[in-house]
Amino acid sequence: MLDKLKEIETTALAALEKVQDESALEAWRVTYLGRSSALMNLFGALGALSKEERPRLGQAANQVKKALEAAFADRAAALKAAALQRSLAGERLDVTLPGRPLPRGRLHPDTQTLREIYRVFGEMGFQVYRAREVETDEYNYQLLNFPIGHPARDMQDTYFLEAEGRGDNPLLLRTHTSPGQIRSMREFSAMNPADPPPVRIILPGMCYRYEQVTTRHETQFDQVEGLAVGPGITFSDLKGTLADFARRMFGQSVRTRFRASHFPFTEPSAEFDVECFLCGGTGCGVCKGAGWLEIGGCGMVHPVVLQNGGYDPARYTGFAFGLGPQRIAMLRHRIEDIRYFWQNDLRFLEQF
Amino acid sequence: MKVPISWLKEFVDIDIPLTDLAYKMTMAGLEVEEIRYVGLPLPAGAGKADTKISGLAWDREKIVVAAIHEVMPHPNADRLVLCKLFDGQQEHIVLTGAPNLFEYKGQGPLPKPLKVAYAKEGAQIYDGHQPGQVLVTLKRAKIRGVDSYSMACSEKELGISDEHEGVILFDDDAPVGAPLADYIGDAVLDVSLLPNMARCASILGIAREVAAILDRPLRQPRFEAVREGPPFEATIEITNPELNPRFVLGLIRDVHIGPSPYRVQLRLKLAGMRPINNVVDATNYVMLEIGEPLHAFDYDVLARRAGGKPVKIITRTAKKGEKLTTLDDVERALDESTVLVCDTAGALSIAGVMGGRESEVSATTRNILLEGAAWNFINIRKTARAQNLPSEASYRFSRGVHPAMAERGLLAGLERMRQWAGGTVAANLVDAYPLPPKDPVIELSAADVERWLGIPIPIEEIRRCLERLEFACQPLGGDRLRVTTPDHRLDIGEGVTGVADLIEEVARIYGYDRIPETRMADRLPPQLGNPTLEKEERVRDLLVVQGLQEIISYRLTTPEREARRLRPDSPPDDQPYLRLVNPISTDKVVLRHSVLASVLEAAERNARVRERLALFEIGPIFLASEDPSGLPDERQRLAIVLVGPRALPTWQPADSAPLDFYDLKGILTALCDGLRLPEIACEPAEHPTFHPGKCARLTSRGETLGVFGELHPLVRDRYDWPAAYARLPILAADLDLDLILARIPALYPVAPVPEYPPVLEDLAVVVDEDLPAGRVAELIRQTGGKVVAEVRLFDVYRGEQIGAGKKSLAYRITYQAPDKTLSDRDVAGIRTRIVRRLEQELGATLRA
Repeated sequence: MLDKLKEIETTALAALEKVQDESALEAWRVTYLGRSSALMNLFGALGALSKEERPRLGQAANQVKKALEAAFADRAAALKAAALQRSLAGERLDVTLPGRPLPRGRLHPDTQTLREIYRVFGEMGFQVYRAREVETDEYNYQLLNFPIGHPARDMQDTYFLEAEGRGDNPLLLRTHTSPGQIRSMREFSAMNPADPPPVRIILPGMCYRYEQVTTRHETQFDQVEGLAVGPGITFSDLKGTLADFARRMFGQSVRTRFRASHFPFTEPSAEFDVECFLCGGTGCGVCKGAGWLEIGGCGMVHPVVLQNGGYDPARYTGFAFGLGPQRIAMLRHRIEDIRYFWQNDLRFLEQF
Repeated sequence: MKVPISWLKEFVDIDIPLTDLAYKMTMAGLEVEEIRYVGLPLPAGAGKADTKISGLAWDREKIVVAAIHEVMPHPNADRLVLCKLFDGQQEHIVLTGAPNLFEYKGQGPLPKPLKVAYAKEGAQIYDGHQPGQVLVTLKRAKIRGVDSYSMACSEKELGISDEHEGVILFDDDAPVGAPLADYIGDAVLDVSLLPNMARCASILGIAREVAAILDRPLRQPRFEAVREGPPFEATIEITNPELNPRFVLGLIRDVHIGPSPYRVQLRLKLAGMRPINNVVDATNYVMLEIGEPLHAFDYDVLARRAGGKPVKIITRTAKKGEKLTTLDDVERALDESTVLVCDTAGALSIAGVMGGRESEVSATTRNILLEGAAWNFINIRKTARAQNLPSEASYRFSRGVHPAMAERGLLAGLERMRQWAGGTVAANLVDAYPLPPKDPVIELSAADVERWLGIPIPIEEIRRCLERLEFACQPLGGDRLRVTTPDHRLDIGEGVTGVADLIEEVARIYGYDRIPETRMADRLPPQLGNPTLEKEERVRDLLVVQGLQEIISYRLTTPEREARRLRPDSPPDDQPYLRLVNPISTDKVVLRHSVLASVLEAAERNARVRERLALFEIGPIFLASEDPSGLPDERQRLAIVLVGPRALPTWQPADSAPLDFYDLKGILTALCDGLRLPEIACEPAEHPTFHPGKCARLTSRGETLGVFGELHPLVRDRYDWPAAYARLPILAADLDLDLILARIPALYPVAPVPEYPPVLEDLAVVVDEDLPAGRVAELIRQTGGKVVAEVRLFDVYRGEQIGAGKKSLAYRITYQAPDKTLSDRDVAGIRTRIVRRLEQELGATLRA
């Protein structure tokens, strides 16, 4: 009987070697491990054996059965693996074919730059205050310490609007976002005229200058003005705030500097430069060899302007600054022509 | 302001490299835009610098002062001469065609040798015959049979000016053999002056700042003239001291008009002015040197006009219709704000701007009446603009010149004339000074300075900073100073303004770079945020995620450009436009009424480069308002334009059907949904932009938010679309963003996630073709109540099976109860009610 078992095992394993697919495997299982297989019949015949022989042969039969079952499982796994291998081999894609495009919308680059500016200043406690684009001479100039006929007005060429009977206070397109300084300070100081709250805002918006449009100058451009007013705001705070801004926008290692300048509504006034982040300050075409890039003007709010906004200059000080989001975007993306911004050519806009 | 460094050095010692000086000046607010080297060596390895560097260095060995002792004819050429020239070491024969040497030709040895700039073989100079500045190296050559290896130079060849009419002839005292760079080598700083720095519109003014910046002493000029002539008689009548606070006259007799010394001419040229003659040059020289513009009259003309009486000068504003011929030979009509200098016979000159022709100094003038005056800068600015006469004089007077400078300038001018034109200065001046300015006196404390600058600066250091700028400082004890403004500047105010003005001066001289960077320690203001902007940004994001491209347009346009958005046969936009008084181009004359017009224009332009467009813009329109301020309404609008295939063709099948009304509606629905706008609905609408059958009004709780639809064919035809767009509908939306933003709820509730399974059921009904599908869905929702969680239209069918004039609408209805699993009976009950109402109220029949 042991011989018989041996023979069954040998035969079955040999047959298993030849099995190449799932159905043959199943047929093999029925033949060699099925209910009416020789092995099973052998198990059935165990009962007829003597008490002494039964355990020995039973054990041997079980071993053969386990061996066959293990061989079957191995074979099944091997076949499955081979089948998977075959199917994977047949499913190779050309990964270089283009993906299915989804229409992608984009924000205008100016909006993108503005949002970054809002975020950086927002984290320093500046909130966004927006004001109108059509202004009066009074708000655009007089209240900002540009008297009528003053030469400082030559710095800003103005578009005036037709309007009857306004005398020295014509309507105009704002030449800077600074009229918003007066509008915001008046709004804030009206909340509590005796003890006006501090102000910390940025004023974004479109401005206009009576200028020929060139690659460097636009007749319509936008500005972000900053204004901080409070009992203890200082020029050193202004330097620190703008230096923090520059590091956030242009890189942590970027250096900044202040150059003395003049604006009627700030005093002391400064031009704010950052070290050219394209050449690291060694001089290149973008900074025109200077190693520094002009980013904006700034200064301490002039006491007359504080007063016009309802803030007593004896108790309050403030600083203000003006930045050009377009200029910042131009520097960061090396845009050579400012006219791209409002011409809305998709070949430009779709690059952002 | 062009500042020759040799001139500057007369007032202050400069012992640092010019590039360092330029940097320090720039940091202190005197921006040096360029340094032009005229002979002096250029800095080595310029590298990075804020200041542009240009110019030509003169080789000290090869370019020297030389003397021409004889001018001889050229044997073979009439237009050339040969010069016998001594360069300090040896004699040369130099060939030249300079016309200003021809008058000496053939005179034999000259009694007084001509001093010239001599460039030897190998010297680098500019080519005098080529336009611009082209460097050449002098080489040996034979010209018409005569050896030539060197030359006497013109100004152009040395980079002094564009002048190439002749060679430079120096003053007689020029040192023969000296390197030219040592004799007249210079460098010119081009300084850009800020509007509040009128005091620096002179060499002295710049020198004063430089002395303060470098902390070096300033050599004060002495304003005096040798006055040995008999006094003269004249009277001055100032009719309006506000416009003319001071007027001073001086007289110099027996001048000889002629050219100024070469070094004077050179300085004028380097400073950007043209030499005229010794008298005019004296006035210009003094203006450049100390900042006071002067005016020279031919005294004999005035005396003749006075008819034997003493000259009487009257300053007044022009009479209506008054005219004056100025020295540029233009007869000028004057407005009534123009201030004139007149005598009893009439107007002589436009005050501070330009002289009159009749009393102009001419070659035969012998006696000069010299005017030094002070004028109201705002008035001068207005006149200079009105007459379009920007000049060196009006530049200064229109920014403000202190009246104290009038007398100083006059004395300096008389003395220069005496030196350069001979003559005798009359002993007296005639001075009318009705309105001396009050030079502000300001109290300043170290605490003020610290409060503004954020850094404690000791009062002694504050005082030193101010004194370097010639402010007089009187200590008041403690940390306080009484500061008196010097009488050469008008830019310092009184009171709090004065304090700020002084703090700026302290900060500039102390150095902005020495002030630290700090973070604000102040209390934060009330945190109001900007809800409107935040909502507007949400709108942008909701449109961008749906594949739309944001654009931003010019707000300036023309009514004609904007009219294209309307059907030609519709009533025109009758709201008045805000119109520019001074447009710069014909396509930008009014502020826009329509953002949609802007987006349509952008679509039209981009249609040439793109097959598919999905654009939006958010921005203001400008409408005249009744507001008492006179300011217009600036309302924010949102406009969208869509056109093209739904998807661009790719290598796989895609939905390339044209975008249509329902694509736009889908975008708007998603937008409203994203903004949680309540009760959004669409109704058919009529609008002169849109196709009458394909236009809808978008409403929220019945209020109109805007219109959208397909462009009317007649509107579409007003734009220039490429052929590829011919069959594509153009879809547009024009919405009131202010209304939309105002309707966004601050908060909104969210329903719990259902715990019980929904029941889905399809329901198809046949209705009349004219019945809006919206009504069917609305009725289903209304009847089903809360249990109907979703009603989705998934099929619209028209065909024979259902008969003409009918359509079938198939809905998938989701039934969902919050508290139980709905049974078939529950659902059947609701469905029966729905069907019954559809039948009864809308005449629908259930489709089998």
